[in-house]
Amino acid sequence: MTKVLTSRFDLKGEACDIDVYLKTGGYEALNKVLKEFTPDQVIDEVKKSALRGRGGAGFPTGMKWGFVPKQSARPKYVVCNADESEPGTGKDRDLMRWDPHLLLEGMAIAAYALNGAPNNYIYIRGEYWYIIDILEKAIAQAKERGYLGKNILGTDFECNIFVHPGAGAYICGEETALLESLEGKRGHPRLKPPFPAVVGLYGGPTVVNNVETLTAVPWIINNGGEAYKALGTEKSGGTKLFTVSGHVNKPGNYEVPMGYPMRDLINNECGGVRTGHTLKGVIPGGSSMPIFTPEEVEKATMDYESIASLGSMLGSGGVIVLDETVDMFEMCMNTIHFYKHESCGWCTPCREGTRWLYKVCERMKKYEGKSGDIELLDDLAGKILGKSFCALGDAAAMPTQAMIKKFRPDFEKRIKHNFVQLTAAD
Amino acid sequence: MYSPENEDKIDEYITHYPVKRSAILPALHIAQIEHGYVTDDDVKYLAQRLDMRVNEVEEVVTFYSMYSRKPIGKYKLQVCRTISCNIAGCEKISAHITDKLGIKVNETTPDGKFTLQEVECLGYCDLAPVLQVNFDYHEQITLARTDEIIETLK
Ligand SMILES: Cc1cc2nc3c(=O)[nH]c(=O)nc-3n(C[C@H](O)[C@H](O)[C@H](O)COP(=O)(O)O)c2cc1C
Ligand code: SF4
Ligand code: FES
Repeated sequence: MTKVLTSRFDLKGEACDIDVYLKTGGYEALNKVLKEFTPDQVIDEVKKSALRGRGGAGFPTGMKWGFVPKQSARPKYVVCNADESEPGTGKDRDLMRWDPHLLLEGMAIAAYALNGAPNNYIYIRGEYWYIIDILEKAIAQAKERGYLGKNILGTDFECNIFVHPGAGAYICGEETALLESLEGKRGHPRLKPPFPAVVGLYGGPTVVNNVETLTAVPWIINNGGEAYKALGTEKSGGTKLFTVSGHVNKPGNYEVPMGYPMRDLINNECGGVRTGHTLKGVIPGGSSMPIFTPEEVEKATMDYESIASLGSMLGSGGVIVLDETVDMFEMCMNTIHFYKHESCGWCTPCREGTRWLYKVCERMKKYEGKSGDIELLDDLAGKILGKSFCALGDAAAMPTQAMIKKFRPDFEKRIKHNFVQLTAAD
Repeated sequence: MYSPENEDKIDEYITHYPVKRSAILPALHIAQIEHGYVTDDDVKYLAQRLDMRVNEVEEVVTFYSMYSRKPIGKYKLQVCRTISCNIAGCEKISAHITDKLGIKVNETTPDGKFTLQEVECLGYCDLAPVLQVNFDYHEQITLARTDEIIETLK
């Protein structure tokens, strides 16, 4: 299988050294772009590749870059979203720690495509402190060799990259909250429109892209957009890195082509469901996304369209595999706790709704749910969904509703009346 | 206020942005590395250093979960409690630390060495369960490994 993103993973960090990176084809794409491409040609190539944003929303990357006005009174920015906080996801971590230059190269190409963005940022979650070190060393090396900084490769193209640590807030992964945070404020989301491509960081046009999105760019330049697209499906070009966690024999990060069967990802790459156990459900794209039943897993392929047609989303690509030992009520409560904790408090449906959901779960956890509590959870989730200021509210509501719908018996057990009946029948 | 090296770091951070205020998150990390938590003096000092009002700094400190405004242990034992770690048995790790050190979640040992925290997803879900001690990750943690780590820090 073609490795677009993980070709240097086996070097286990040796590629952090620029000499190793250069020897394995590094910075060739940047060189090519500066010599042979206009900014618009870069954007066209990325459009042809059908690359879609890997941060969660799957927005076409070339189109996003195209929204940025070529001329702007305020400086333009490329901001890399390395906040990686979606439960189930740990892919950007490995991309950055095993191959940091690939990200820097992708960012420099993006800055060139915007027709110049001299100062750019990697917003990385503060917990990844050791990776900040890795990135800063790589930046210093790249600068020394003329791949970053002023007059890159003898041209008048300038690109600086700075690493900015976050400090523990899932909401700062939301792109406008991220920009607020980068400006030194609390991470509350901004009203959209205007979108960051028009009014972003410090009021300048800004492209916010996920780590994995940017690391795919050098390969696209080297091999062509068509070739990248051909690796995947018509609408989901290329490959994708999936973090598989939970009840599989070999959890880890795996790069597979878009359109790869979910069943194969679990059985081949991950060595199957934990030996001696059976599959109960799979969360396909991080904890914000609705869960699949084993029947749906059989049908799903790992691309945006397939997962969407089955009523969920590919999201961040965090695949969480759950076997029969799992109680879905517990999973639901755990997930609600996360969103309650991470709600930024800006809008009422999300702030109050997540707390209320949790309150109901608390009595259900003690098998003291009241009759009607399951309907109450579902109804509360429905009142958050689509009525919150940003997508975090939806992220709390969608998985809750899906778990209730698909694994209702696990919730029924938690209603006091039912519990008594069930134990009496035993 | 801080070591010359850290003062330089703050100066360096300020050069990264068109506005000084953008350096507040990295500067607060530095304050915490120096003092263990964000002290009243840190808040005043950083406000003055980054052209912010004191309440603006407070607003930021209280928003982000990695900062503490109260003294905490020298070693923050952060057990991930989110979904992938949950099914990998993180509750047992927490309970074990509670038994071993005699502190509940969010409590600090009387000698000021350890604070136990349960935190949300640390981005190591494929290597669950995860314990982060200050900035150091320990993945696929077991009870025995937890003991070892604590012993070496005692
Ligand atoms: C609550 C919330 C959290 C998010 N967290 C992340 C994150 O940790 N990393 C990320 O790349 N995108 C995250 N996103 C998506 C970003 O808002 C944005 O769509 C993305 O960074 C754009 O980059 P892409 O087009 O390359 O995917 C999050 C969105 C929401 C609503
Ligand atoms: S939906 Fe939640 S996270 Fe988003 S703005 Fe409202 S309170 Fe904040
Ligand atoms: S759930 Fe524990 S690291 Fe992600």
